[in-house]
Amino acid sequence: MIRSITKPKSKEEIDTLLKGLNRIFIIGCGTCVTLTRTGGAPEVAAMKEALLESGKLVTGHVVVPVACDNLTSEILNEEMEKIEQADVLLIMTCAFGVQTVSSQLKRMVVPALDTLFIGKETAYGQFNEICTQCGTCIIGETGGICPVTNCHKGLVNGPCGGTNQGKCEIDNNKDCAWTLIYNRLTELGRLDSMRKLQGPRNFLGEPTPGKYQISKS
Amino acid sequence: MISSFKKSLDSGKFIVTCEVAPPKGINLEKTAHHIDLLKDKVDAMNLTDHQSSVMRYPSLGGALMVKEMGGEPILQMTCRDRNRLALQGDLLFAASRGINNVLCLTGDSVMLGDHKTAKGVFDLDSSQLLAAIRILEKGKDLGGNDLDGSPVFCAGAIVTPEANPIEPQLIKFEKKIEAGAEFIQTQAVYDLVRLKTFMEYARQFPVKILAGILLLTSAPMARFMNKNIAGVNVPQTLIDEISQAPKGGAIVKGIEIAGRMIRTIHTEKICDGVHIMAIGKEELVPDIMAAADLTS
Repeated sequence: MIRSITKPKSKEEIDTLLKGLNRIFIIGCGTCVTLTRTGGAPEVAAMKEALLESGKLVTGHVVVPVACDNLTSEILNEEMEKIEQADVLLIMTCAFGVQTVSSQLKRMVVPALDTLFIGKETAYGQFNEICTQCGTCIIGETGGICPVTNCHKGLVNGPCGGTNQGKCEIDNNKDCAWTLIYNRLTELGRLDSMRKLQGPRNFLGEPTPGKYQISKS
Repeated sequence: MISSFKKSLDSGKFIVTCEVAPPKGINLEKTAHHIDLLKDKVDAMNLTDHQSSVMRYPSLGGALMVKEMGGEPILQMTCRDRNRLALQGDLLFAASRGINNVLCLTGDSVMLGDHKTAKGVFDLDSSQLLAAIRILEKGKDLGGNDLDGSPVFCAGAIVTPEANPIEPQLIKFEKKIEAGAEFIQTQAVYDLVRLKTFMEYARQFPVKILAGILLLTSAPMARFMNKNIAGVNVPQTLIDEISQAPKGGAIVKGIEIAGRMIRTIHTEKICDGVHIMAIGKEELVPDIMAAADLTS
């Protein structure tokens, strides 16, 4: 299942964001950030301890089941007394959860995490991006492996000169997407599709900001 | 306008190109010195484009200097820092100033350079940039609009003959030729047997190939490249040869090795020419050419 993959912000950055805000309510989430161990029950408890140690007052905390869901406001309503005592909500969810809570409660929020990408756990504790949601899917011509996501430069016409021993120039442990694609297309007997010169990408395929309306006709 | 470099390529003579790196700053003295020293000795000189993703004076400015000083520039353009509007605009500017040779590169990752948190653009890739050049020459831009005055270019690209695995690189190489590359400057090569094998394959394509000759300056430098530069393999025999040079004589040995390789490539007609990279030591290019028995 795809997940929103997050990593904790540094203590220094959180301290800066919380400067002058002493009464804090913490919100975690039972879905993606529980899987990534960045905002589940144990991480919320640890954050509470860290805040208390640094002299903050924690008015309460909760781990909602799915922070980005519309029902989150109803769960948070049950905590409203503690929330109203707080200067700020410190939110240990992905940015989608932070913005959901922010729009529902209209209160000061501080994200405790950085949202990295939409991906999945490919090995224990290892998360990989699978799709950048570019809006112009070309994996029908690349053996089902996405170069827009898996090539560091998002190249669509084959490898750059930095590829080495099947690895990427930025990381010896990262497979070169185009070596993987070459191997897959060879296995499939479809190397011809790699020989096709792909035109410049259509960056309008991914509207900024993303917006899509199902046709009403 | 047909560039003098294009005429050299078409003449069938053995081609020599070299590199000049624009400075980090606006003190152009050293760059001007190198251009002055080399402009009449080589067929053309490449102006590197923020090489290794290190921010410097632009390749376009360097190419303009070469032109103004009476030399023949090859404008290196990477796709790392500019989108298709900026790339096309710079190509128009180049052509308007008599800069008609372009080497199209993807560009190193910004993470390898000195502005690691910058955005890598890669709106186009090297083969798409080559195709864009051919479209501009037909009086159109990539948006399909008419140009008022169209440019002419001699366009080139690179290949890494010692890449491992080589097959995906060769597909890209063929796409670059299909997109319009007229000349190829290779990544540094040291193993001439492998170069010959590559050339047996590459000869079937209508493209001039200049072998990349990178000056070895010391044994640690050679080992560093083997470890860190993709597709560069300095054989142990050459590393041994340079380590056995007398104290302070490594550079002399490096010049001798480069000269020897160029001489073999020339006399055995392995490639159409050479591209000499003397990174930071451009003043040694005439010595390398002399060691190769090449006269300007």
